[in-house]
Amino acid sequence: MIQPAKPADLVTVNIDGKDIAVPKGTNVIEAARLINVDIPHYCYHPKLTIVGNCRMCLIEMGMPAVDPATKAPIMDPATGKQKINWIPRPQIGCGTNVSSGLHIRTQSPMVKDCREGVMEFLLINHPLDCPICDQAGECKLQEQSTGYGRGYSRFVEQKNVKPKRTQLGPRVTLDDERCILCSRCIRFSKEIAKDDVLGFIDRGSYSTLTCYPGKTLANNYSLNTVDICPVGALTSTDFRFKMRVWFLKQTNSIDTESSVGANTVVWSREGAIYRITPRRNDDVNDTWMADSGRELFKSVKSADRLTAVKVNSADSALDIAINAATQLFKEGGAAVVGSGRSSVEEQFLTKKLADALKASVSLVSRVGEGDKLLVSADRNPNVRGALVTGLIKSLPSQKLTDLAAAIDAGKIKAVVSVGEDLAAAGLSAAQLAKISIVYLGTHANATSVAAKVVIPTQSVFEKNGTLVNQQFRIQKFARAVPAPAGATDDTVVLAKLAGVAATDIASVWKLIAAEVPALTTMSYANIPETGLLLDATPFAALPFVEGETLHYKPTAPVAATA
Amino acid sequence: MNLKAETLAKIDEVITHYPVKRSATLPLLHLIQEDMGYIPEKAEEWIAAKLEIEPINVYEVVTFYPMFRRKPIGRRHIKVCRTLSCALMGGYKTCEQFEKEFNTHRGEVSPDGNVTIEFVECLASCGTAPVVLIDDDLHEKVDCAKAKQISDQIKAEAKKR
Repeated sequence: MIQPAKPADLVTVNIDGKDIAVPKGTNVIEAARLINVDIPHYCYHPKLTIVGNCRMCLIEMGMPAVDPATKAPIMDPATGKQKINWIPRPQIGCGTNVSSGLHIRTQSPMVKDCREGVMEFLLINHPLDCPICDQAGECKLQEQSTGYGRGYSRFVEQKNVKPKRTQLGPRVTLDDERCILCSRCIRFSKEIAKDDVLGFIDRGSYSTLTCYPGKTLANNYSLNTVDICPVGALTSTDFRFKMRVWFLKQTNSIDTESSVGANTVVWSREGAIYRITPRRNDDVNDTWMADSGRELFKSVKSADRLTAVKVNSADSALDIAINAATQLFKEGGAAVVGSGRSSVEEQFLTKKLADALKASVSLVSRVGEGDKLLVSADRNPNVRGALVTGLIKSLPSQKLTDLAAAIDAGKIKAVVSVGEDLAAAGLSAAQLAKISIVYLGTHANATSVAAKVVIPTQSVFEKNGTLVNQQFRIQKFARAVPAPAGATDDTVVLAKLAGVAATDIASVWKLIAAEVPALTTMSYANIPETGLLLDATPFAALPFVEGETLHYKPTAPVAATA
Repeated sequence: MNLKAETLAKIDEVITHYPVKRSATLPLLHLIQEDMGYIPEKAEEWIAAKLEIEPINVYEVVTFYPMFRRKPIGRRHIKVCRTLSCALMGGYKTCEQFEKEFNTHRGEVSPDGNVTIEFVECLASCGTAPVVLIDDDLHEKVDCAKAKQISDQIKAEAKKR
């Protein structure tokens, strides 16, 4: 890990003849990465401890020569520069931290020999079943045998046979023959997931990755082992044999399961999502994400997806539905139930709608137990977005008791729900029957059934937008797949309902920049892929529910999780 | 875990020899194997709990070393050397003789439960090859005849029990 360093902590090293200043304590692999020199490696992972057992990152190393007695530099008369004493044996790049004056050669004949030798040994018992291997196309062994291998095999003996399909856990399948024993998965389980169940048993050619008998790799972070496996040994049981990775389109997205906002990549092809993997963001999720967040895409194609605009339970069209909703609002007594799952843009437009209707706004809070890693206690991904846009002033509660009281008192006649199931949020069937509901949502539920007007909207994978995570970091997600026919972008629907002239995300952002003080300098396009930290001080007094997670420490007093 | 009191005392003592508890994994395995003759799965979990590590860490160590046994063996452990000198002087024949005497195969417990016969690497007595180590006693120049004699002795001792 490279930390930003003070200039005093920088040391100058020479890599392949190029001088570069890097922070003290950086290892050779990371230092070389800074000048775009690739040092191949398997076992090294920037977020895990260094073990140095794959030997792929061997480099040649030397220090400037000095006279042992006087410490005076020894000059090389041929070049007029200080002589370099090269260590006659290769060193591992991952386990070598740079020091001032260090010289490194990554392209010398010795290094080339080393890499070819290591590759040859790694491939000795490797089955070379790339044509049926899920990792093909994103396999380090494949890439580096092309880049650094000798190109042909001298191995004439019998290859080892090991178990081909061990179920390590509910989501991970192991092909032991492909394993190159890098131990990344073991270190991940021990150091990050804190669930030390994996290990190597037996030894030599028989070494086998395994779970302790009777235990399984079942923690909610097990699929990260699949991500960091440099070969096709650990595979996702869900993704296995489904699709070649090179056919898949990658779209940057955000994990919406909690307010952590783990950065993700959505892999899709021809409108279908095949998998979700984490995207590196050293300030949010490092290179990890929870298994639960990877399953979210499955609801996109679920049977209860809303695809038809309905007015009074009859199929209709969007503009008719908007008009019908407007008629309902005209009767007065409207209330808006916004959502902590909506994007910042949608929450902004929800506020515009509430302002136009002079309606009260409530949000529904979802609280679970935080796992202290990448799933926080607040299961709404964007409560802070609602605070920033001014949709709400205080934190939402789990039940809509105020709204229920207002309905009972007959003050509320129409309710707009932006994707929130009012029945689940504490309104009784009798209360739902008393009001006219305008429901904007992706999936059918008790509220959509009771609603007078139902407008199907899009899931997070089908639209563009931004979310503000628990750190007050605004992060954007992009459209990965087209929405099913009949589902309209929430921003379009909300803009129409609110009577705001905004047709796409860029025009919404023009309005946001003009009206939301915290976001004045921003547009959707200029938010970086790793997000932008907003000023959290105006909300410091609020009792947020999150406890400590990776890269997040609660500042305000933590409210009791009820 | 039915360990002898003295083994338990030794275990508690040996743990104090190391700056980190986990380093005592190997000595504990030795002590338990001496006590029980092998290392049952329960022992791995017992050691893990004792040393505050996960069972998988102990399991890794047990399987790494061939001299740790995860299954019980016979009452006597016959280890026949098969490294070069002994192999040249008839170590394989000696081993086969033992197998015949006890009606068993290498690595298995004999049907009467008396012995387990195994090949081992050099026992460092090449001058008197072939050599056989029975439990902790070294037997030198063990040809087929001597193997039979030793076997008879073991059988006789077993009968007395």
